[in-house]
Amino acid sequence: MSSQDLKERAERARGKRAPFGPDLDLSLYKSNPREFPPLPLTSLGKEEQRALLATGIDPFEGNRSGSYLQMNRSVVFCGTRAEGLEILSTEEALKRYDWLEREYWWKALEVDEDKYTSFVELNWQRGYFIRALPGARIVRPVQACLFLAEESVAQAVHNIIIVEPGAELHVVTGCLVAPAVKSGLHIGVSEFYVKRGGRLSFTMIHNWGEEVAVRPRTATIVEEGGVFLSNYVCLSPVKSLQMYPTTYLRGKGSVALYNNLLLAMPGSSLDVGGRVFLEAPGSRAEIRTRAITKGGELWTRGHLIGMVPGVRAHLECQGLILSPSGLIRAIPELEGRVPDVQLSHEASIGKIAKEEIEYLMTRGLTEEEAKAIIVRGFMRIREEALPQELQRLIEEAIKASTKYLL
Amino acid sequence: MLLQIRDLAVEVAGKEVLHDVNLEVGPGEIHALFGPNGAGKTSLFMAIMGMEDYKVRKGSIIFKGRDLSGMPVYERVRLGIGLFFQRPPAIRGLKLRELLEICCGGKSNIEKLASELAMVDFLDRDVNYGFSGGEMRRAELLQIIAQQPDLALLDEPESGVDLENIALIGKGIHRLLGRGMSCKEKESKAQRSAIIISHTGYILDYVEAEKGHVLYNGTIACSGKPREILETIRKYGYEECMRCLLRT
Repeated sequence: MSSQDLKERAERARGKRAPFGPDLDLSLYKSNPREFPPLPLTSLGKEEQRALLATGIDPFEGNRSGSYLQMNRSVVFCGTRAEGLEILSTEEALKRYDWLEREYWWKALEVDEDKYTSFVELNWQRGYFIRALPGARIVRPVQACLFLAEESVAQAVHNIIIVEPGAELHVVTGCLVAPAVKSGLHIGVSEFYVKRGGRLSFTMIHNWGEEVAVRPRTATIVEEGGVFLSNYVCLSPVKSLQMYPTTYLRGKGSVALYNNLLLAMPGSSLDVGGRVFLEAPGSRAEIRTRAITKGGELWTRGHLIGMVPGVRAHLECQGLILSPSGLIRAIPELEGRVPDVQLSHEASIGKIAKEEIEYLMTRGLTEEEAKAIIVRGFMRIREEALPQELQRLIEEAIKASTKYLL
Repeated sequence: MLLQIRDLAVEVAGKEVLHDVNLEVGPGEIHALFGPNGAGKTSLFMAIMGMEDYKVRKGSIIFKGRDLSGMPVYERVRLGIGLFFQRPPAIRGLKLRELLEICCGGKSNIEKLASELAMVDFLDRDVNYGFSGGEMRRAELLQIIAQQPDLALLDEPESGVDLENIALIGKGIHRLLGRGMSCKEKESKAQRSAIIISHTGYILDYVEAEKGHVLYNGTIACSGKPREILETIRKYGYEECMRCLLRT
């Protein structure tokens, strides 16, 4: 499809509401924000550095294979420190590789899916391109950061990750607003491709503001024997977040695992789903969500679609209500289109069990200490599949959220 | 006296579960507590610990000379009371190792303690999650050993456990309570006190209790030598305790 066709389709979808989440008035945000010159990560202000660290982005690039930092629409820093790894802005990458537009650009997502995908196409402001070359095992994480640096700005990025055959890549993305910024809009279109035997872990830690609206649009295509692991962590206030990332397991024996860790503070509305199409024999998927409300609203959705025999998938949501008000609504959908698919789900929502609190109190803890330990335990994502550094980052995010939880 | 319970009456959800309970436990004493299901044995432990649902309506619980009424659970623990749960809950996301660190305040060698109870493989598992009956009891024992309480309240440490595990747990309790110490050790360590709830009495093969009591219908029906009480219960059942109660 030509870029002209894409633009026309995007134009037609300009007002197309998304099926989920509050409808946003996109005209309220500036889509021509201030530009920033390139600069070393370490030259950022102290407060900004602290904010980056809270989302897993290390300004000193310790234990990282490479970094990408975009402020508003400007690529401020972009560099790789590992063999077999490419990091560019998508603008640069499209200039460099003619196959990118042909084979990957709007190939996992539809440009006219809703007004948000349309907005990104019509107001495109770069985004990251990260590629692990065939067979490259990039063990240390790549960090990518999308930073809203100005009040009431709309950030509309289009990201691409390609894990070539047999390669391994771990990406941690931190999305945040500058410490002084209260409101803004972030729309990120992300298309990920995990080729035959490839392995991608994608850990996204969000740290937005109380008046920020967020609409990520993500889709992943996994080929034979490929593994896609997604960890999404949002444990700080956000006004409105809605996302429903989708994975297509196209290759035999391919795997998708989602872990979501969500906290809704008073005034926050989070609507987070996960959808997996199991299209090839032997493919399997799991979506796990831990959701906590302290007074905000939380929808957790999941949709597993078994399209061929011999696939299995599981959906799990556990919700914890920590305040007298607040809402958690878990909506699981299982869809079997042929016999011999194994799809299951389980969900539970409740408060902290009193017997658990009392049990820990008999070990010498106060009631508040006991509750904090139980909530922290509740949030811990299954650890075995994650590299230690990513696990550490998630632990840090959990620790940083303690101030909201108690 | 370490623990003095006087004329105690306890309610749970408006229903009286204990009444006229009198019990004294001296330093270093081990007491066995028998009684049929629903007699109030666990309720007595819960009241001593200060659990919220167990309301003291009458009487008092004095520990180390301090009246425990109104004292929060954790303060009772810090004062030296430890509870071994019969049915402990699982805590997801909290490793047994971390809980043991909390119990001992970083003062014990956790690996060593765990190896003595064959629990090293469980240290990095979620507390009680997927544990068998025997594993759960060994985990409870580990915690209480890490706490080193002056008074251990042991709620059916041998129930639902095979003979091999009973031996392991029995020996662990024996050590916890400071029995079987060398003369040199006795100079530096005091013997601990305990109340042990037991249905079967198997645990008494490993831990010699000095005194025994039968709790029946919410009150202590009789007291005496543990082995004699156990023998009577085995022969005549708890009905004999009821007759005894009617006589007094």
